[in-house]
Amino acid sequence: MISSVTDLNERFEALSKSLDDKIKGGDGKRHIVLCGGTGCLSAHSTEIMERFNALLKEKGIEDKATVNQVGCFGFCSQGPFVKIYPEDTLYKMVKIEDVDEIVEKDLIGGEIVERLLYVDPKSGEKVTKQEDILFYKKQRRVALNGCGVINPEDINEAIGMGAFQGIKRALTMTQQEVVDEVLASGLRGRGGGGFPTGRKWQFALNVEADQKYVVCNGDEGDPGAFMDRSILEGNPLGVIEGMMIAGYAFGASEGYFYVRAEYPIAVKRLKIAIEQARAEGLLGKNILGSDFSFDCQIRLGAGAFVCGEETALLNSIEGKRGMPRPRPPFPAIKGLWGKPTCVNNVETLACVPYILREGAEKFASVGTEKSKGTKVFALGGKVNNVGLVEVPMGTTLRELIYDIGGGIPDGKQFKAIQTGGPSGGCLTAEYLDEPIDFDNLVAKGSMMGSGGAIVMDEDNCMVDVAKFYMEFICDESCGKCTPCRIGTKRMLEILTRITEGKGTMKDLDELEELSQTIKANSLCALGQTASNPVNSTLAHFRDEYLAHIVDKKCPAHVCKNLMSYKIDADKCIGCGMCAKGCPASCITRTDYVAEGHKLASMAIDADKCVKCGACISTCKFNAISKV
Amino acid sequence: MAKLQEAAVAQISEICDRHVNDKTPLMMILSDIQNEYGYIPLEVQELVSKKTGISVAEIYGVVTFYSFFSLTPKGKYVVGCCLGTACYVKGAQNVIDKFQELLGIKPGETSEDGLFTLDALRCIGACGIAPAVSINGKVYPKVKVDQVPLIIKELKEEAAKA
Amino acid sequence: MSLVNIKIEGQPYQVEAGLTILEAAKACGYEIPSLCAFNHGECNQGSCRVCLVEATGARGLVASCVYPVAEGMEIKISSPAAVQARRRSVELMLSNHNKNCQQCDKNGQCELLHVAQITGAREDAFQGVHSETHIDTLAPGLIRDTSKCILCGRCIARCSNAHGMGILGFENRGFATFVSPAENRSFADSPCIQCGQCVNVCPTGALMEHSEIDKVDAAFKAGKHVIVQAAPAVRAAIGEEFDNPVGTPCTGKMIAALRRLGFERVYDVNFGADLTIMEEGTELLGRLTNGGVLPMITSCSPGWINYAEYNYGDLLPHLSSCKSPHEMQGAVIKSYWAQEKGIDPKDIFVVSIMPCVAKKFEKEREQLKTNGLPDVDAVLTTRELARMIRRAGIMFNRLPDEEWDQDIMGDYTGAAVIFGVTGGVMEAALRTVYYKLTGKECEPIEIKAVRGHDAGIREASLDINGTTVNVAIASGMKSAKVLLDEIREGKSKYQFIEIMGCPGGCINGGGQPYVRPCFMPNEADDILDTYKEKRAQALYSEDERQTLRQSHKNPQIIELYEKYLGEPNSHKAHELLHTSYAAREGFNDVK
Ligand SMILES: Cc1cc2nc3c(=O)[nH]c(=O)nc-3n(C[C@H](O)[C@H](O)[C@H](O)COP(=O)(O)O)c2cc1C
Ligand code: SF4
Ligand code: SF4
Ligand code: SF4
Ligand code: SF4
Ligand code: SF4
Ligand code: SF4
Ligand code: SF4
Ligand code: SF4
Ligand code: FES
Ligand code: FES
Ligand code: FES
Repeated sequence: MISSVTDLNERFEALSKSLDDKIKGGDGKRHIVLCGGTGCLSAHSTEIMERFNALLKEKGIEDKATVNQVGCFGFCSQGPFVKIYPEDTLYKMVKIEDVDEIVEKDLIGGEIVERLLYVDPKSGEKVTKQEDILFYKKQRRVALNGCGVINPEDINEAIGMGAFQGIKRALTMTQQEVVDEVLASGLRGRGGGGFPTGRKWQFALNVEADQKYVVCNGDEGDPGAFMDRSILEGNPLGVIEGMMIAGYAFGASEGYFYVRAEYPIAVKRLKIAIEQARAEGLLGKNILGSDFSFDCQIRLGAGAFVCGEETALLNSIEGKRGMPRPRPPFPAIKGLWGKPTCVNNVETLACVPYILREGAEKFASVGTEKSKGTKVFALGGKVNNVGLVEVPMGTTLRELIYDIGGGIPDGKQFKAIQTGGPSGGCLTAEYLDEPIDFDNLVAKGSMMGSGGAIVMDEDNCMVDVAKFYMEFICDESCGKCTPCRIGTKRMLEILTRITEGKGTMKDLDELEELSQTIKANSLCALGQTASNPVNSTLAHFRDEYLAHIVDKKCPAHVCKNLMSYKIDADKCIGCGMCAKGCPASCITRTDYVAEGHKLASMAIDADKCVKCGACISTCKFNAISKV
Repeated sequence: MAKLQEAAVAQISEICDRHVNDKTPLMMILSDIQNEYGYIPLEVQELVSKKTGISVAEIYGVVTFYSFFSLTPKGKYVVGCCLGTACYVKGAQNVIDKFQELLGIKPGETSEDGLFTLDALRCIGACGIAPAVSINGKVYPKVKVDQVPLIIKELKEEAAKA
Repeated sequence: MSLVNIKIEGQPYQVEAGLTILEAAKACGYEIPSLCAFNHGECNQGSCRVCLVEATGARGLVASCVYPVAEGMEIKISSPAAVQARRRSVELMLSNHNKNCQQCDKNGQCELLHVAQITGAREDAFQGVHSETHIDTLAPGLIRDTSKCILCGRCIARCSNAHGMGILGFENRGFATFVSPAENRSFADSPCIQCGQCVNVCPTGALMEHSEIDKVDAAFKAGKHVIVQAAPAVRAAIGEEFDNPVGTPCTGKMIAALRRLGFERVYDVNFGADLTIMEEGTELLGRLTNGGVLPMITSCSPGWINYAEYNYGDLLPHLSSCKSPHEMQGAVIKSYWAQEKGIDPKDIFVVSIMPCVAKKFEKEREQLKTNGLPDVDAVLTTRELARMIRRAGIMFNRLPDEEWDQDIMGDYTGAAVIFGVTGGVMEAALRTVYYKLTGKECEPIEIKAVRGHDAGIREASLDINGTTVNVAIASGMKSAKVLLDEIREGKSKYQFIEIMGCPGGCINGGGQPYVRPCFMPNEADDILDTYKEKRAQALYSEDERQTLRQSHKNPQIIELYEKYLGEPNSHKAHELLHTSYAAREGFNDVK
């Protein structure tokens, strides 16, 4: 039990030393940590861990080394990762078969297994330590603090990392002082809107009520984003502490975590963390011997993107259909069960302990004038280093995509980066040197959003991408209000027409009209921002729309009605492999024998082809192409 | 109205009782029922209505609002293909198309033998290994179209063994 | 009450703080179109988005129905952006609407069409697929056609406010959303009591009574003896259909209209109501004196009967076994009247004009057939009658006042008239029970304690000859449930309870004229608060005008017993005038 500040201090000293020992080798042991994030778990991280345990036993060195799973390392496309302290050696893409060699060579022999090291693509050199990998160099961990370092299922490691030092300090301050500290830090909501967190808390503090609530928004519905998931999986206690500080700041004694049901690991770890904190007396009555009492519960989302919208989320917690409520009244005045409620994003809350522990000034020392601190992005799509990155605000898109992301794979051309998910927009090459910051992204026609950043290359059709987002919105519209319910359907119908080659120029006008109507008329931000992807692709890639409408061509060869597969008769050696795999049986032999070839080439009957693309991946001679 | 078996009545009542102390227990109750039974038919909703006093229409409205809840039983294997943005731009559409073709079912449907349900998911948070497919909770990383027949074959063999 | 200063269209006004912009604008003489907002926040979703205006202090347009006024706010209804936004909301709605207005019974009273008109919406501005249509015509009372639904949610709110039941709800989400009983079942296949309260608030033709005008036409065509009988509450409201102020009693004109529509006899259901009092009063006396099941509960509201059968199967013995007045009268027409006139009951077609939608269901009940013939053949609502009158070209307001047909069953008392309002049956019954117990007439004759026009519970204690009779009255199932649960728990202190299906009783029945402020430019702003009282007043004043005000004094009733039935609760009376009930499953498998 940690029932006083003294208890916490004692525990912190002991535990931080042992954590330090682990990392620096002060205990004379080796410490193996594996990534236990979703990506690596799917690549058998757990089996690898078990293999380690078994081998250590077999070799009789179980007391000389420990094995633990930690949160996501961020570099998911290179997982699963194995890291060995105190040398800090990082092995990537480890397979179960590799474990024997690691144990033999490294743990016993003290030698590095070179072939499992990360190779810098530019220099071709092997990199031993995580911090020397370019991917990590421009990153800075505030919200992700502890992720990939501590065991998220062990409160002791978290305490050793400094957990609860923030609430400890907060409890020595008045409520107003805590709010002021957060205001001074310049922290803005990471859930998408970028509203100053301190101001939101101030509203809630100003309302008199017998009961107030803090809600942590872990719905993370943006398809292609997994920042909040990784934070909850990697350091759940950090978010819990953030919630406690929020609760103290404006007088809430209860908190709710709203987490998507699609995130079972996050939910499990959060549950464990809450239980451990309760067992230590860190949640419950009279925290750290103060007058402050606080406890929290988990509620599961059930597959509705709109429940990320805060009023819909409140309805969902209240057991209703997740349909947004009109505002005013704002949740800070009338929220959960009619009581003042602050809804904060996971990442926002994860930043709070840092601010209280290290001080607002330190937090604010990073970032741009109006966007302080760091931001976590889920970098995905057509980029070499797919993963989770945390960068200081003000980092440019170029740094994000090329330095951290390692550029576009297969020598393809960068086309655009979509930030802000279905509510955001795309930014083209001309914006690559723009610094990332809430207001700047909006000014450039996109938005920060929650942190999804999807890179697209020349093979992506922007009309198709716009249609993809509109389809998503249509599926996820709650259906409550007319403009969003019907308008998005109408927009999707038009986009579908265009991608099918049935679009007209009038359709473009109607798209614009609809987009304006939905934006102006919708009840909640889902509808109000639903047409952003269309607007921004129309602004930057109008020529692609025109190609679909006027020339009836899809320049990226994505829209099936507007492209076809063609065999280059001179490249085709007539092996017939493509014909074998064609489900439509539409590849037949011609009587043309190209120079230097023995067999007659093949040709595709475009009328019968179902455009499955099987042939193109079958042909070893690059004779088939999309036109 | 089809009648629930006694054991089911008892178990669902137990689930409802688990959450009686929650201020608004409906979502929790439905989640638990979905997890334990795999679906929430009307007769179960009627029972929940009796236990909680929430009207059947309201419960039905909630069940049909959230895509996680199902009104019909799901297959032995629930194949969830991620169609989130990160997966989509990496060709997830072709993966789900292939599953659709080979299983002969559309997203949301269950195969006649009750073996497979195909679901189109929105980001399962495994974008780093896109395109991702989640089958009964197990995540398959970086799935390629030609892997699909193998995955199906494997599952069918596993089912035949069981 | 604090006031705030606002400006609308540049003009300064002072309005109550806390009002929505919509309410404030109305009070200042502006009409902002609205659809989903209804009756002081009874339904306040802010979802239809046809009420958008500009207001200072807000980003972009605001939904005036949910946005509160604030000090210094300047509101622009006519700004080009707001005008365009409102029009487009309606146009989008119309793009997913089955626009066959010519075949739609709502035409003329359709709020969507009205709003389309004032916003200038064009029906084909946007085009595309319509969401899937679900049409439910299985229930005798009401029909649902989702192709006309705008998802305003008014029906959902009304059903749960009136009855605490929530039969209706939203299903699915997004474009696929629709309103229905659970699992898209029919009203006939769900615990819906078919009261029609939801129909009363639906702004479009999505919920309508199940019309039987065609059936009546066919009966005329087949040369039947078509007899009509009209319930008390109809006369208190039918005038509204012809632009008379709410609460204008139109008995005489209604009779004249019915006669011109060709009905062979035009009778008042009040005769049946007096008969009901005789039977029910006697039944109550019997139960009081013989240790019968108490409290006894009235049984003339089929909405309530449905509720009891679905939800309180164990309490059915508490229900009076009396048929409802129009069913009693139907049975009498097809027996006593037929005999007197020498007509084969098979050739008689009885039409009831009712404020009620549930009566359409009631007349189909197996228990309400005598010798295989239904006591009543068709039930038309007040609204349907108005439609028939219009269709026939009859200028209602220019009709002379005429009298009911007087032969055999023309007399009625004031006691019967007040059946149409909650508490009325109770008052009528007590007048007679008092007399029977004491041999004296009750003084004063008006028992005001049981009067009212709202949905709450009222109770009274009467000292009758030294015995205290405790009575209670409830209308709307939400209130009824409270009384019923008390009985179930053995804690009820009452001997006699009146329950009506609709909040306020039949004057507010599901078949009554729509009360729509947007179509009633001459009514005061608060008409939705006052119409029940005004209609009730029309009935109470008719009671006051009657010379005979106790059912047992109706001479034709006395004659009926003498000539045909013997005495109240006799064997013959039981055969013709009493019925039975059976518990039912809410969701059966009709599908
Ligand atoms: C359609 C929609 C989806 C949203 N999804 C999320 C989400 O998944 N996670 C989140 O934190 N905020 C989401 N938001 C933003 C929230 O409504 C809310 O602004 C946020 O949780 C506030 O927290 P913050 O101030 O810490 O950012 C969403 C908003 C909309 C309109
Ligand atoms: S904008 Fe869309 S999601 Fe938001 S309330 Fe309207 S229909 Fe629902
Ligand atoms: S794309 Fe598919 S259908 Fe068309 S030719 Fe190639 S294999 Fe055949
Ligand atoms: S696989 Fe390639 S090389 Fe072989 S027949 Fe087909 S197109 Fe020609
Ligand atoms: S509901 Fe109104 S708009 Fe629709 S068809 Fe009927 S009258 Fe026309
Ligand atoms: S309004 Fe115009 S279209 Fe309609 S009936 Fe009259 S003339 Fe014809
Ligand atoms: S008829 Fe009455 S009970 Fe049935 S849905 Fe409508 S309001 Fe509810
Ligand atoms: S049925 Fe009528 S009242 Fe109900 S939501 Fe639809 S339009 Fe509104
Ligand atoms: S109260 Fe009157 S109108 Fe309503 S259901 Fe009963 S009888 Fe019909
Ligand atoms: S899941 Fe292992 S690095 Fe992200
Ligand atoms: S988009 Fe598929 S896992 Fe995120
Ligand atoms: S009337 Fe205001 S949104 Fe419907």
